[in-house]
Amino acid sequence: MVHGRDLSYNSKVEGNIVLTTLDASINWMRKNSLWPMPMGLACCAIELMAASCARFDIARFGAEVMRFSPRQSDLLIVAGTVTYKMALSSKRIWDQMPEPKWCIAMGACASSGGMYRSYAVLQGIDRILPVDVYISGCPPRPEALLEGLMRLQNKIMQERSVTEQKQLPALNERVAA
Amino acid sequence: MPEAFVEYPDSQERAAQVVAEADSSGKGHLGQNLILNMGPSHPSTHGVLRILLELDGEIVTRAVPDIGYLHRGDEKIAENMTYNQFVPYTDRLDYLAPLANNVAYALAVEKLMGWTVPPRGQVIRVICCELARLSAHLLGMGALAMDTGAMTVFLYIFTEREKIYNLIELLTGARFTTSYTRIGGLTRDLPPGFVDQAKEFVEQFKGKIDELDNLLTRNKIFVDRNKGIGIISREDAIDFGMTGPNLRGCGVDYDIRKARPYLTYAEYDFDVPTGTIGDCLDRYLCRLEELRQSTRILEQALNKIPSGPINVGDGKGFLPHKDKVLTKMEELIHQFILVTEGIQAPVGEVYFGAENPKGELGFYIQSKGGGVPYRLKIRAPSFVNLSILSKLLPGHMMSDVVAILGSLDFVMGECDR
Amino acid sequence: MPAHEIIAALQRQFPGQVGQGRESRDEWSVDVDREIVRDAAAFLKNDHGLNFLVDISSVDHFGEEPRYEVVYEFRRLSEGTDEVELRVKTKVSEDDATVDSIIPVFQGADWHEREVFDMMGIKFNGHPDLRRILMWEGYPYYPLRKDFPLEGIPSEMPGEAFSLIAPMEGGPFVSPAMPPPKVGDAPATTREPRAHPASSLRVDLKEQAAGLHKDSNQRMGQSA
Repeated sequence: MVHGRDLSYNSKVEGNIVLTTLDASINWMRKNSLWPMPMGLACCAIELMAASCARFDIARFGAEVMRFSPRQSDLLIVAGTVTYKMALSSKRIWDQMPEPKWCIAMGACASSGGMYRSYAVLQGIDRILPVDVYISGCPPRPEALLEGLMRLQNKIMQERSVTEQKQLPALNERVAA
Repeated sequence: MPEAFVEYPDSQERAAQVVAEADSSGKGHLGQNLILNMGPSHPSTHGVLRILLELDGEIVTRAVPDIGYLHRGDEKIAENMTYNQFVPYTDRLDYLAPLANNVAYALAVEKLMGWTVPPRGQVIRVICCELARLSAHLLGMGALAMDTGAMTVFLYIFTEREKIYNLIELLTGARFTTSYTRIGGLTRDLPPGFVDQAKEFVEQFKGKIDELDNLLTRNKIFVDRNKGIGIISREDAIDFGMTGPNLRGCGVDYDIRKARPYLTYAEYDFDVPTGTIGDCLDRYLCRLEELRQSTRILEQALNKIPSGPINVGDGKGFLPHKDKVLTKMEELIHQFILVTEGIQAPVGEVYFGAENPKGELGFYIQSKGGGVPYRLKIRAPSFVNLSILSKLLPGHMMSDVVAILGSLDFVMGECDR
Repeated sequence: MPAHEIIAALQRQFPGQVGQGRESRDEWSVDVDREIVRDAAAFLKNDHGLNFLVDISSVDHFGEEPRYEVVYEFRRLSEGTDEVELRVKTKVSEDDATVDSIIPVFQGADWHEREVFDMMGIKFNGHPDLRRILMWEGYPYYPLRKDFPLEGIPSEMPGEAFSLIAPMEGGPFVSPAMPPPKVGDAPATTREPRAHPASSLRVDLKEQAAGLHKDSNQRMGQSA
C-alpha cells in the first residue's frame, strides 16, 4: 500500500517551518476532514452508525460530520442494497455533491448487488456512479469501514489537484468549435 | 391568501379544522398548499421511506407514503432457494433484530415439517429472541430520541448494543446478520463462557435501563414532543392490523408470546405492558417496559438451560454430524442430498407468526413438496404498521411527523422485503 | 366458537358458495367463491368477531385453471375471548383477475391489496387507490408470476427508474449457461433440481407444474 508522497521535506531550516508541496498539503487537508453523506439504505447503515458511535469512533478520522445534505459533503458512502427504484435518486444525490467528491461502496450489495440477484436490485452502484473504494462484507464490520476510509485517504494523498487542474479549452478553440 | 392574519396554530382543534377545510374545499393537492417531498434519503435511521406531505403552513393536510425503495424481491428469491438457503435472507428483513427473524422463519418451516426442536434448542432460541428484542428496542428508542433532539441517548444505546453484539458474536460468529438457526435446530451449541457473560450483561443492563428512563421519560422536551402526538385509537389499530408495541400502546393487550406461546415462553414469568392513549409517549413507554420484561425473561432462561441435543436429530432431514459425514458412506450421501436438494417438505400450507420486536412477523408457506417452497409470503409488521400513516399524519405539524415516524419504529428492510 | 363451527356458520350463510373446511397442523382453512369475498369478510367480522386481518397473500398456480389464489388470514384477538384464526382462500382465474376489495370491512386491507396487485396483477374492485406499491409506477410486469424470470426483464421509465437483467450465470440459482435441452434429453429440472434457464422457463415450469399438481391434488383429496 503506497502511502502517498511525503507531506514535508526534511529541511534544515529551524523554527516552525515545514516545506511541502501545495498538492500534498491540499490532499492532507482533504483526507483528514472528509464529510460523509451517508446513503444508508439497508443493514449496512446500522454498521455505519455503529462506526460513528463511541466504540469505533469515526471522528478520529475527521469524518463524524454526517451531513445529510449532499451539498455540504465530500464523501458518499453507499451503505446497503441499491434497488432500481432508488438508483436514480442516488445518482441525483451524487450529482448534487460538489467536487471534489469520492464514493465508497460499503458492503456486498452496494459493490455488486450482493446476494440479491433479482429483478429489483441494481447489481452494484458502480453501474451508475464512479466508486473509489469497495468494502466487502455483509455487513462489513465497522473496522472494515474504517480500513476502507483509510485506503481512501491514501488514495487521496496521491492526487495531484493543482498540477492537473481541469482547464477549460482555450478561448480560440472554443470559438472555433 | 388569507384575509386576516391567523395566529400560529398550536391546538389540535385548529389542526383538525385545517384538515377539514382542505378536504372540503375540493382543492385537493392542486390547491394552495405546499407539497413537500420527505424524500427517500432523509436523516435516515429509519431507512428509505418517502412521504409526500401536503402542508398548510406547518400543518400536514395530506400524507402519501411511498415505499418500495428497498424492495429486493425476497419472496421471488425464496421460490428458488431451499429452506435452509433462505435463512440469510431472513436476517436482512428486520435488520435490527436478525436473530428473531431467523427464529421466526425456522419455526414456520418446522411447523410445516411437523418437527419440534428439543428443549435445549428452544431455550437457546428464546435467549436469541430476547437479546434481539433488547437490541431492536434500544435502537428504536435511540432513534426516536435522536430525532426529537436527545442525541446523547443515541450514543448511550449504541454502547449497550455493542455489548449485545459481543454476546451475539460469541454465540454465532457474526455481529449481526447471524443466520444462526437451521430448520430443525441451530448451527452450533452455546460456546463456553456464554452463559456467564450473558448473565453479567443482564445484571448491568438493568441499571442502564434506569439510566435511559431518567434521561428521557420525564424530560420536559421529550415529553412535550411526544405526548398527545400521533394518537391511534384501539379500533383503528385493530382494523389496520397493527401488532407489537404499536398495538399495545393503544391499550390492546395482545402479545403472541402469551396468546399462543411458542418455544418455551409459557414457562417464564413476565408481564406485557400496555399503554392507555396510544400516543407516541405510550409507545415509547411500552418499549421501555418491554426492555425490563425481556431482561426478566433472559434471567429466567439463562438460569434454566436444559441439557441435551439442540437439533431434531439426523435421519429426519437435519444435517448429520460432521465426523460421521466424513467417515461413513450413508451419512455422506444423506448430507449431499440434503444440501443440494434441500429438506423434503410435505405438501401443504402453513402460517406462523412470531412476536418480533416490531410486531408480528409471519410466514405463509405453501409447499407442493420438494425442497423449495412454492410460495413464501412474508407478513412484515412494519409494512402493516406503516399503512396507518396516511390516516394518522394529517392534522399534525411538520415536526410531529418526525416524532411519529420514530415512535412507530419501522424498518424498511422488512417493510419492502 | 372454534374455527370449524365458524366455517359451518359460513356455509349456512352462503350456501353453495363455500367449500369444505380443511384442517392441517391446527389451522383451519376454507375456500369461498370470489363473488362473496367481501360479504364473507363482513360476516366473519361482524357476527363472529374475526376483527383482525393478519395478511392477504396471492399464489400463482401456473398451469392450473383457475390460475391465481388469494389467501386471507383472519383472526379474533384473544382479549377476553378465545383466539381463533381462519384462512379463507378464493380462486381467481386468469381471464378475469379481479376480486372485490375488502377495504369497506378492514381498512388495513388497503396496502395488502395494493401489494397483491403490484406483484401478481390481480385487480381489486372498489379499491380507492389501486396503484403499485413496491415497484414504481409504470413498471410493466408483475414480478411474482411464475412466468416472470427471477433475473428480471429490462425496462425503462425515463426519469423514474430502469431495470436490467441480473446476471444469473455461476450464481446460486442455476448452473452455468447450458444450451436449451433437446428433444429426448432429460429436462433441466431433473438434472439440476433448481435450474431453469430463462429461455426454457415456460416449457419446463408448465410441465413440472402439471405433474406436481396431479400428485398434490390426489394427496389433498381435492378434485382437479
